[in-house]
Amino acid sequence: MDLVTPQIGLVFWTTLCFAILLFILGKYAWKPILAAVAERENSIESALSKAEAVKEEMARLTSENEALLKQARAERDAILSEATKVKNQIISEAKDAAHKEGARQIEQARLEINNQKAIAMADVKNQVAALSLEIAEKVLRKQFEDSKKQDELVRDLLKDVKLS
Amino acid sequence: MINRAILNLKFFKLSIISAFFLIAGLFSSQAFGQEKTESGAEKKFEPKEIILEHIGDSHSWPVVGKTFLPLPVILYTDKGIETFSSAKVEPEGTVYNGGHYSYKLDGGKIKAVNVSGTIDEAATKKVMDFSITRNVASMFMAVTILLIVFLRVSAAYRKRTGKAPKGMQSFLEPLILFVRDDIAMPNIGLKHARFMPLLLTIFFFILLNNLLGMIPFFPGGYNLTGNIAVTAVLAVIIFFVVNLNGNKYYWKHIFVPNPWWLFFIMIPVEIVGIFTKPIALMIRLFANITAGHILILSLISLIFIFKTLWVSPVSIIFVVFMDAIELLVAFLQAYIFTLLSALFIGMAIEEHHHEVL
Repeated sequence: MDLVTPQIGLVFWTTLCFAILLFILGKYAWKPILAAVAERENSIESALSKAEAVKEEMARLTSENEALLKQARAERDAILSEATKVKNQIISEAKDAAHKEGARQIEQARLEINNQKAIAMADVKNQVAALSLEIAEKVLRKQFEDSKKQDELVRDLLKDVKLS
Repeated sequence: MINRAILNLKFFKLSIISAFFLIAGLFSSQAFGQEKTESGAEKKFEPKEIILEHIGDSHSWPVVGKTFLPLPVILYTDKGIETFSSAKVEPEGTVYNGGHYSYKLDGGKIKAVNVSGTIDEAATKKVMDFSITRNVASMFMAVTILLIVFLRVSAAYRKRTGKAPKGMQSFLEPLILFVRDDIAMPNIGLKHARFMPLLLTIFFFILLNNLLGMIPFFPGGYNLTGNIAVTAVLAVIIFFVVNLNGNKYYWKHIFVPNPWWLFFIMIPVEIVGIFTKPIALMIRLFANITAGHILILSLISLIFIFKTLWVSPVSIIFVVFMDAIELLVAFLQAYIFTLLSALFIGMAIEEHHHEVL
């Protein structure tokens, strides 16, 4: 039958066409296209894996940073508490010293005051004694100007003596 | 709501347009029918003739109506090569006196004739027809399209290295990747790269010719992949590729059957199998495409057999349906041919075949 009898001409031209097509496309189309596609796939894959690595690196860095931050924070806290302690200590020491100094000065002042007081008292006593003597002398002199009064005095004195 | 309104509007427009065509068609059909009965009452419509003429090959390419594109006739005779335009022997029966013999067309074939104008069978046997027939010309066209398209795509890949595909490139890349990832890789395995050019060429050659064959008018309207000569050439190529690449496991599988006493049955069966595989490829593609063309043409012929336009809605509905199926078949047959080729190649180059079994 005609339909299933291959014609030599068509067989020849098909073979020729297909061979040419295969050669040209194989050399100038399929190879570059497949190479380009493969290259792009590789580059995408490597980009993805690189991104993954970068992500991991980022995570590592972040956690490192966090650790560093935590450490820094802890250090800061330690330094602060240390400083507070030192401050308090210094303050309390200063207070103590001030107290002691104050007490010492007050004591000294008191001693001085006492000394001065004692000196002043002694002075006052001496003057009071001198004055009393003077007054007594003057009184006595006045009393003894009049003999009657002398007698009266003696009598009084004697009376006192008798009584006691 | 807006979408539905637009849809309704579209539907409305479509119905008006189709109504217009229907009415216009009715009037013209009356005129057409009258003309037909006047001009050729005695000439009966022969669907078989028309269909076989389309399915087969011819020395001229129908363009529009009775206009034909003449094609070069190239004859290899025992006395030398002869070339002339097919217009010289058109219409059928016209005798052309060539340099070595005289020729005329008989049933679409070039035949050598003797002086009296009757066919000289002895001389015809000496004449081999290498003409650029309709199928050959259309194949040149398809090859040109393939070359232009894929060389441009290739250039696009070179120009846009590492970038996303664009335009035609992005349309064809999925198909190329489909052939690579779903046909070559699973069936051939690691060595698929060597066979990729062949598989891609076969796939796109069959696909484009299937699709161009579906175009009902001039640049298409041929039946290349439904021609036994073309599918035979493709099958023979696969036959050689498979058997020249077959490794020792492949040949061992054929000539050393597993239980030795199966020798007498298995060796002939396997040897027949070597040939039936490509023959099956050849017949499958040929029969599928030819059957599709015959079906569509038969459905169209119904209108002319019944000589009424009222059959046309039925015909057209079925033809549109068949066209849709043929579109699927065009892809499917290209896929199946390539897939089975890959499978046969994969079987031939598979390592440690027997250890797996």
